[in-house]
Amino acid sequence: MSDELSFRFDVDGDNFTSAGQASVQVKKDLRRLGIDPEIIRRVSIAMYEGEINMVIHAGGGVAEVRVTEEAVEIILADNGPGIADIEQAMQAGFSTAPDTIRSLGFGAGMGLPNMKRYTDYMDIQSTVGVGTTITMRVNLPEEEE
Amino acid sequence: MTVKQLIDSCGFTAAALPDGDREVSGVYIGDLLSWVMGRAGADEAWITIMSNRNIVAVATLADTACIILAEGVVPDEGVAALAAEKGVNILQSPLSAYETALRLRDAL
Repeated sequence: MSDELSFRFDVDGDNFTSAGQASVQVKKDLRRLGIDPEIIRRVSIAMYEGEINMVIHAGGGVAEVRVTEEAVEIILADNGPGIADIEQAMQAGFSTAPDTIRSLGFGAGMGLPNMKRYTDYMDIQSTVGVGTTITMRVNLPEEEE
Repeated sequence: MTVKQLIDSCGFTAAALPDGDREVSGVYIGDLLSWVMGRAGADEAWITIMSNRNIVAVATLADTACIILAEGVVPDEGVAALAAEKGVNILQSPLSAYETALRLRDAL
């Protein structure tokens, strides 16, 4: 059995300008655990993209990060509108974000592709009208005996 | 070269310089924040014209050495203070992104 450490954050859906607080906090926490900087970078970018998505599309949600000996796992859950066509949403450049979000530099249709790109595993469970749960994992290198 | 040295040798000004001794290893240019997070490398100088609060989070998460606001863009209200608090360097350049990058090329 491996020890497990977990962090949980409520992502505020009303405040776009403060989005990213959870990801920045996770970055700090992971650094304190002595995890490799490149792995921290991947985890925190993937989480930030997910956090931004929850703010833009779902009115916020809950982010949970679990650290085991094998991997860092990020679970993002919201009660937003859901994703009708996940395959389409995964395409780089596809976006349903409004212009106000685009003017802030987001909404380029790179969020989900970035999350996939930076993680070793990603699963999207979504029901239209109910919400979306995304699970991502970034593997930790095996410790040498 | 450090961020502080870059300011002197390229004629930039500092809007926030909480970590001036940070080493700069390269350059990335971009304004779409997700694109920047997907492509910018750690320790690079990031040239952009975006000036809202989100650039501080992006620089923190992507681990860039500094943000350089090109074209004479100034940070939005409160952004410089936020950057100083979060340990993110923000420089300002009166030059275009291209000309700013050329200065960096000569300096690095």
